[in-house]
Amino acid sequence: MAAVTGDEVTEGLAPRPSRRARRGIRQFPVWRWVILIVVGAYFIIPLIAALRFTGFSSFPQVVHQEGFSAAFELSVKLAAITTVLTIALMLPTTVYVHLRLPRLRRLMEGITILPIVIPPVVLIVGVLQVAPGFLKSTPYLLALIYVVLAMPFAYRAFDAGLRALDLQTLVEASQSLGAGWRSTLWRVMLPNLRTAMLSATVLTVALVLGEFTMASLDLYQTFPVWIVAFDQTSGPISVAASLLALFVTWIFLLAITMIGGRSSRGAEVSLFSVSRRVTR
Amino acid sequence: MKAARGRRNSNYNFGGQAGNTSGATVRLQNLSRAFGTTRALDGLKLELAPGELVALLGPSGCGKTTVLRIVAGFETADSGAVEVDGQDVSGMPAAKRDMGMVFQSYSLFPNMSALDNVSFGLRMRRLGSAERQRRSADLLDMVGLAAQGKQYPHQLSGGQQQRVALARALAIEPRVLLLDEPLSALDAKVRLQLREQIRSLQQRLGTTTLFVTHDQEEALSMADRVGVMHDGRLEQIATPDELYDRPATPFVAEFVGIMNRIPASLLALLGASALAADVVRHPESPAGGVDVLVRPEGLRIAASSTGNGIVVSRTFLGQRTRVSVRLSGDVVVQVDQQSTKAAGLTPGDPVDVSIAGAPVMLADR
Repeated sequence: MAAVTGDEVTEGLAPRPSRRARRGIRQFPVWRWVILIVVGAYFIIPLIAALRFTGFSSFPQVVHQEGFSAAFELSVKLAAITTVLTIALMLPTTVYVHLRLPRLRRLMEGITILPIVIPPVVLIVGVLQVAPGFLKSTPYLLALIYVVLAMPFAYRAFDAGLRALDLQTLVEASQSLGAGWRSTLWRVMLPNLRTAMLSATVLTVALVLGEFTMASLDLYQTFPVWIVAFDQTSGPISVAASLLALFVTWIFLLAITMIGGRSSRGAEVSLFSVSRRVTR
Repeated sequence: MKAARGRRNSNYNFGGQAGNTSGATVRLQNLSRAFGTTRALDGLKLELAPGELVALLGPSGCGKTTVLRIVAGFETADSGAVEVDGQDVSGMPAAKRDMGMVFQSYSLFPNMSALDNVSFGLRMRRLGSAERQRRSADLLDMVGLAAQGKQYPHQLSGGQQQRVALARALAIEPRVLLLDEPLSALDAKVRLQLREQIRSLQQRLGTTTLFVTHDQEEALSMADRVGVMHDGRLEQIATPDELYDRPATPFVAEFVGIMNRIPASLLALLGASALAADVVRHPESPAGGVDVLVRPEGLRIAASSTGNGIVVSRTFLGQRTRVSVRLSGDVVVQVDQQSTKAAGLTPGDPVDVSIAGAPVMLADR
C-alpha cells in the first residue's frame, strides 16, 4: 500500500496567522480596558474598603472566636452533602434528557429556573410546614433545600458540558465496542464531564457557603449566620470572616478552573463559557 | 499510508490475499420501521455474503442510515429480523453483537489518546495489557498512524481521526463492519485517500462490510455491490456496472450517473422514428405519455446550421466534454463528446443531436 505522504503534509500544517491577526492578538482595544477597569473597580473598591476597615491583624483572630469552628464545620458538611446529592441527582437526569428526551430540554430549563424565581423565604417556610419531624430536628434538612437551590446552576453546568460533546455518538461508539452502560458511564461519560462536574461543584459549594436566609430561618448557625451574629460583637472580625470566606471560595474556584483546564481534552468548558476546540 | 510489512507478529488475518472471505453472512429479512406516520423502511430484504462490501446509496431520508442502525442494534425494527451467520440478533443489545462501527461525526473518545481509543474495545473484552498494546499498535500501523499513538483526538486532523476510528472498529475483529458515511465530513482530497485505504483494508481482512453513503462515486468505486434505496425500499441491488448499464427502475437510472429524460414525442426530431413507433406500440405505454432515458454517452452531436438544438453550455471533463443542448419544447439534454470534437462548439451554436443505440429505459411522463 503506497505511503500517503501528501495526506500527512496537507493535514499536518496549520495556517500561520497573518501579520495583522498577530498584531490584533497583542493589541487590546482601549474601550475594553475601560470597561474592565470600571467593572473591576466596582467589585474591588468595596473589598479594599472592607480590608482597610478590618485590618490584617483581625484575620488570625477569626479562627479563635467562639462558635467559628462549629459554624464553619457545619457549613462545610452541608456543602459536601449538598454537592454529592446535587451531582447524584442532576448528572444522570441531564444525561438522560440529552440522550433520550432531547425535546424536554426546554422544559428542564424552565423547571430548573424556578428555585431562582421563588424567594428563599417562601421556600423555607413551605418546607418547614411539610418536612417530617426527624428531618426538621437536624441541620441536614438544609442540605436537601440547598440541592433545590443549586439545581439551576448544576443543571446549566452539566448542560453546557454535554453540549460540548456529541454524547449520543460517543455512547453508541462505546456500545459498539462492547461496553455496557456502567463502563460507558465510568470510562467515557464521566471523564469527559469532569470539568462540568467541577463547575457544578464550585457553584454549589459557593452557594452553600454564602447562604444565609434559609439557615437563619431554620435556626441553624451556619457560617454566614455566625458572621451576621458575630457582627453584633465585633465588626472588624465579622468583616474579616466574610473576606476570609470570599478569598477561600475564590482560591477554590481558581484551583478548580486550573485543574479543569489541564484535564480537559478537546472540549473547553469553564464556568463561564463553552467552546468546542477546533481540530486541525 | 505505509504498507503493513508484516514485521509484527499480528493475529490479524491480512496475509495479503485478495478476496479473503473470513467475514460473516448477514441477512436482513423484511425490515420495516416507521417514525410516526413516516415509513422509514418498508419490507427491506438484503443479504451480504462473507467478506463482501455492500454500499447502501440513496438520497437523504431514504432509510439507509436506519438500516445501518438497526443492524448495529441502536434502533429496533417494527418487524423483520437481522441474522448474522444464521443467528437472529434482532433482540441482542448493541454491545453484544460484535460489530465494529465508524460514524459520520468524529466519534473518538476525547479523554483518550489514539492508542487508548483503539484498545478500548479490547479492554472491554478483557484482553491483557501487553496484548492490547500490541494489537492497537498493529492497527495504528496498518492505518499509517503509528507515530500518532500518544496524541489526543483534538490534536489530530479529520482524516486522521477517521483512520483511528477505523482502526478502533477493526481492533475487535468484528463479524461485521458498519460504516455510516465516514467520509462525508472530510475534504475531497482526504476523502479520496481514505476511500482507497478503507477498501484495501476491508479486502485484506475479509470483513463483511455495510457502507452507507449518499455519494454515488464513493459507492460505485468501493463496493462489490450497491443497493439503491428510495422511500424505505431497496430499488435495486447489483454490481456497479449493472446498476449503471441496466438500472431496474427510472429512479435508479436517474440517481446513478447522469441521465437525460427525453419525451417520446421528440424522438422523431432526434432521428429515432422507429424507436418512437416502438414506444407508442409498447403495451405499457400510458396515455399520459412516455419519456425515454438516455445516458449522455448514448447521444451524438454534430454542428449543423439546420440542427434540432442549440448549445447552451460546455463543460470540459478532460478527455470528454459535456455539452448541454436545448431541444424543442425547452428540453435540455447533456451530450458527452470527445473534447477534440467538442472544442469548436460554443453557446448559441445550432447542432444536430441524435440517439446512438438503444436507450437505457422508458419511464412514465
